[in-house]
Amino acid sequence: MSKDKTSKEPKLKSMEEPLVKFKNVQKSYDGEILVVKDFNLDVAPGEFVTMLGPSGSGKTTCLMMLAGFEPTTNGTIYLKGKPINNVPPHKRGIGMVFQNYALFPHMTVAENLSFPLEVRKMGKTEREAKVNRALDMVQLGEFGQRRPMQLSGGQQQRVAVARSLVFDPDLVLMDEPLGALDKNLREQMQYEIKHLHESLGLTVVYVTHDQTEALTMSNRIAVFNDGVVLQCSSPEDLYEKPENSFVANFIGENNRLMGTVEAIKGNIATVKTDSGDVVVATKVNVGKVGDRATLSLRPERIIVAPKKGKTPNTYSAKVEELIYHGDHIRTRFSVCGHDDFIVKIPNSIDNVDLKKGKQVDIGWMSEDCLALDG
Amino acid sequence: MSDTSITNSQELLLTNDGVPLKVSLRKSLRRTKIRSFLLILPPLLFLLLMFVTPIGSLLSRSVDDIAINKVFPQTFAQYELWEDKSQLPSEEMFAAVVNDIRVTIKVKDDEGIDIGKNLLGRSGTRMTYEYSGWKSLISKTIKSALKVDKKSKEEVKPFIWEAPFKDKMIKRDKRWAKVEFWQSLGAMKDPYTMGYYLNAVDLKFDANKNIIQKEEYLKIYNTIWIRTLQVSLMVTIFCLLLAYPVAYLLATLPMKTSNLLMICVLMPFWTSLLVRIVAWMIMLQQNGVVNDTLMYILPCFEGMVNLPFFGATNIDLCFSDEDRLPMMYNFTGTIIVMTQVLLPFMILPIYSVMKGIPPSYMKAAQNLGATPTRAFIRVYMPQSVPGIGAGCILVFIVAIGYYITPELVGGKDGIMIGNFVAREMQRTLNWGLAAAMGAILLAAVLVLYWAYDRLIGLDNLKMG
Repeated sequence: MSKDKTSKEPKLKSMEEPLVKFKNVQKSYDGEILVVKDFNLDVAPGEFVTMLGPSGSGKTTCLMMLAGFEPTTNGTIYLKGKPINNVPPHKRGIGMVFQNYALFPHMTVAENLSFPLEVRKMGKTEREAKVNRALDMVQLGEFGQRRPMQLSGGQQQRVAVARSLVFDPDLVLMDEPLGALDKNLREQMQYEIKHLHESLGLTVVYVTHDQTEALTMSNRIAVFNDGVVLQCSSPEDLYEKPENSFVANFIGENNRLMGTVEAIKGNIATVKTDSGDVVVATKVNVGKVGDRATLSLRPERIIVAPKKGKTPNTYSAKVEELIYHGDHIRTRFSVCGHDDFIVKIPNSIDNVDLKKGKQVDIGWMSEDCLALDG
Repeated sequence: MSDTSITNSQELLLTNDGVPLKVSLRKSLRRTKIRSFLLILPPLLFLLLMFVTPIGSLLSRSVDDIAINKVFPQTFAQYELWEDKSQLPSEEMFAAVVNDIRVTIKVKDDEGIDIGKNLLGRSGTRMTYEYSGWKSLISKTIKSALKVDKKSKEEVKPFIWEAPFKDKMIKRDKRWAKVEFWQSLGAMKDPYTMGYYLNAVDLKFDANKNIIQKEEYLKIYNTIWIRTLQVSLMVTIFCLLLAYPVAYLLATLPMKTSNLLMICVLMPFWTSLLVRIVAWMIMLQQNGVVNDTLMYILPCFEGMVNLPFFGATNIDLCFSDEDRLPMMYNFTGTIIVMTQVLLPFMILPIYSVMKGIPPSYMKAAQNLGATPTRAFIRVYMPQSVPGIGAGCILVFIVAIGYYITPELVGGKDGIMIGNFVAREMQRTLNWGLAAAMGAILLAAVLVLYWAYDRLIGLDNLKMG
């Protein structure tokens, strides 16, 4: 995790002992397939780390190993410097928000919140005070006597968060907690969780397959695919400086051109696309000359009808489709033998009048074009 | 909304055409209502025909005393006038009995066939339920009233048909002088009677229609009722204890294993009840598998041992032939076999409820700091209550009216009320009593249902 140099929070010190440490963790359910292959991750106190990846990539398995519901097949997980492989879940003291909240339906909201305190043998008055404080924290003060089923999805979500925090755990895990909510509520809850994280100084390990959610909330994101972490860095780095084509493709929208490396000169790689066009790109993750490479281009970094000589890469493209999106016009070009090349054109007055079928030049800077593994 | 209805100032919603919205809504829903009613009509009729009618007719038998009231109307009218019921009734009452018999004996049905004798015979049977001996007394009296001259083949006017009757009848059969016979008429004088129900709980009417205890030697049913409840309750408890872990395993094991286990649970369902019971007989009888195994495995030690604190003690640890456990043809046998037979009725509803409890609840509870045991008791078990309730109700209801198992393995002290219902139906032909017992069983089940609704709520009941 050497790329961790752009933490958003100034209070995070890389020298501090990590709260959670995964060391060479491997996991297999059947002894034939490794679901998690050599997972390493340090989570600093106060950090919000998201494990992001498509379903089946092993991110939830890692979370379950951390919570103690799945044993690790190999490797060690440390919590506050102590290995916890053999500590049962109820002794780990980790708060968790489950995917479907797992609020106990036979208890009231207050009883749900009081449960973790009860099993810790806390006195009644102290319990009540803590429950009320936790409920107020999620703006559900007057809902204590309701049953979870009588609450809306968003309210249940908040109760689940409150329950995971009520016993002041060092660490809170969240397993796709917003998956069941509609879009507006999801966005609102993202901010609420983020604010709770900031105001309470929580350490959160969050699992999601929604990249927007990950980008909005996290200090750091670990992108999973097929049991391997492909990149673990801040949201900005992940978007701006993807280290491989999977990350580039998975985070945000992305145009891909396939080709072969022609020449490498310092930081610059020259790639000949399969259609024969030559592209000058920034070298990120390509081997030697003659290797296959993927060129990654963000749709908002493409310049339509650039002034002559402004862009090192300029090609003639044909407009295939125009989709009106309000703030921008999503345009599909065919260029460099690729007919699904998306360009986001801001909806401003001085933009060129594009029509379907029209031939137009498009170009991009070599910094905006990343040459990644093929 | 705005294009189909307009809200006017009186808050009465009207449609565009000015028709009240409610009327319009009813009209538009009428077709659907009629159609859905027609759809449920066949099952409704079936239910009416196959369920409500037979139960209704059986229940009406438990209170019906119309037949005898048609045969002895004058007698019962005289009974009302009989003042001192500890003394023999007056001549008028004897005359009324004779008159009633005389009228009834001539009754013919629509096709002209004599049915009078039949009617009197049935009345005699009915009267015997109240006081034994009535049937033979009536038939003897009829016989002497219907003397036929052997030569002329004509009916002889019998001596008994001439007033005064009292002395003649007593002379003919001394039982007419027994006041108990006359007193027993009191229980039958109304067209609807509670007599059968009283009989079913060892009570009866006295001559003045007061409810009193039956004589001690005639009491049989109360013990049986108590035993029936005892057996049902114990079977329910044992079923619950055995079924709960099995259901939990079924619900939590991986698919492959749980399917195999499910087949094991359902196997008895596919086996004939009789076969299962006979198998238990082989297992549990005196020289059965269980006793033989006990004989074989239990240690046999006999002799003097010097124990600390007790000194020299004679110890007999032998399991000999006299120690063989009686487990068949008694209470124990009934309990064991019924528990096995009814076990699936408990497992299946509990299983179906447990299947619906997401494993994340247990995980959440442990995550919050509860030990697995505590999580199970505080979080899992309360959520399986609807299944426990359904299973218990199901098993209890089936058990309370069980017949075949106690009949075969119950012996003398394992027999239940269901066996008595069958006995009344088949042997003594006292359908009224059988119906009354059935009605009491039904009422018990309904009360149970009501209590369950009060305590747990019927909407929590999940039958699977």
